[in-house]
Amino acid sequence: MLTVRFFSLIREALDCEELEVAHHAELQTLEDLKGSLASTGGELWRETLYQPNVVHALNQRVVNTDHVLADGDEVAFFPPMTGG
Amino acid sequence: MSVLVQATPFSTEVQQEILFADTFGAGLVTFTGYLRDFSEQGAIEALELEHYPGMTERVLEELGEAAAHRFGLRGWRIVHRYGRIQQQDPIVWVGVLADHRSEAFAGCQFIMDTLKTKAPFWKREYMCDGRVIWVRAKSEDSEREKSWQESGHE
Repeated sequence: MLTVRFFSLIREALDCEELEVAHHAELQTLEDLKGSLASTGGELWRETLYQPNVVHALNQRVVNTDHVLADGDEVAFFPPMTGG
Repeated sequence: MSVLVQATPFSTEVQQEILFADTFGAGLVTFTGYLRDFSEQGAIEALELEHYPGMTERVLEELGEAAAHRFGLRGWRIVHRYGRIQQQDPIVWVGVLADHRSEAFAGCQFIMDTLKTKAPFWKREYMCDGRVIWVRAKSEDSEREKSWQESGHE
């Protein structure tokens, strides 16, 4: 299984904090997962996840979407950070 | 050499004592960030900070270690609030100890500039007129962070 988490504006837009996705052969990279979430979720999910400034994290590290996924991974989507 | 991320208010005096309990340095520089009372959107009543538990602490640890290595710091501590924050409450406190002032000033500024764009926090402002607004990342913050990266690779 993959754990997928959403934060801030993205969590609010999707009305979803976290979900579990079965890890299978078609979900090789983070980009594959993103595409799968967008096609399952519909237009709102596609628009939200494909905004140009979305930040992607894999196991709590910011990465590019070409990173390869492994079973048990935690993936997160969030907007640019505004701490301090 | 430590990080604290918590929902409840903290005392900057106590944080400074904790930093000194760990180590000593001839130069101490601290920064305290408070909730501002205005933005381009108007008067602000309160702030709510969301964060990514686990990732936040790790990013701040790595940031402190990077600053210690780069500027030869003797000690550092980073404290950050999350949850609902009222006026007058500190949001963030950074303290660094070094043998000389230039390293202490630079180390503290490096941590603050990098924290703004690398630590997974998101601010939501509660305006006095009732609106609730997610704060957008500022391009000058990411430019400041990039300039540290570039100067580090010289």
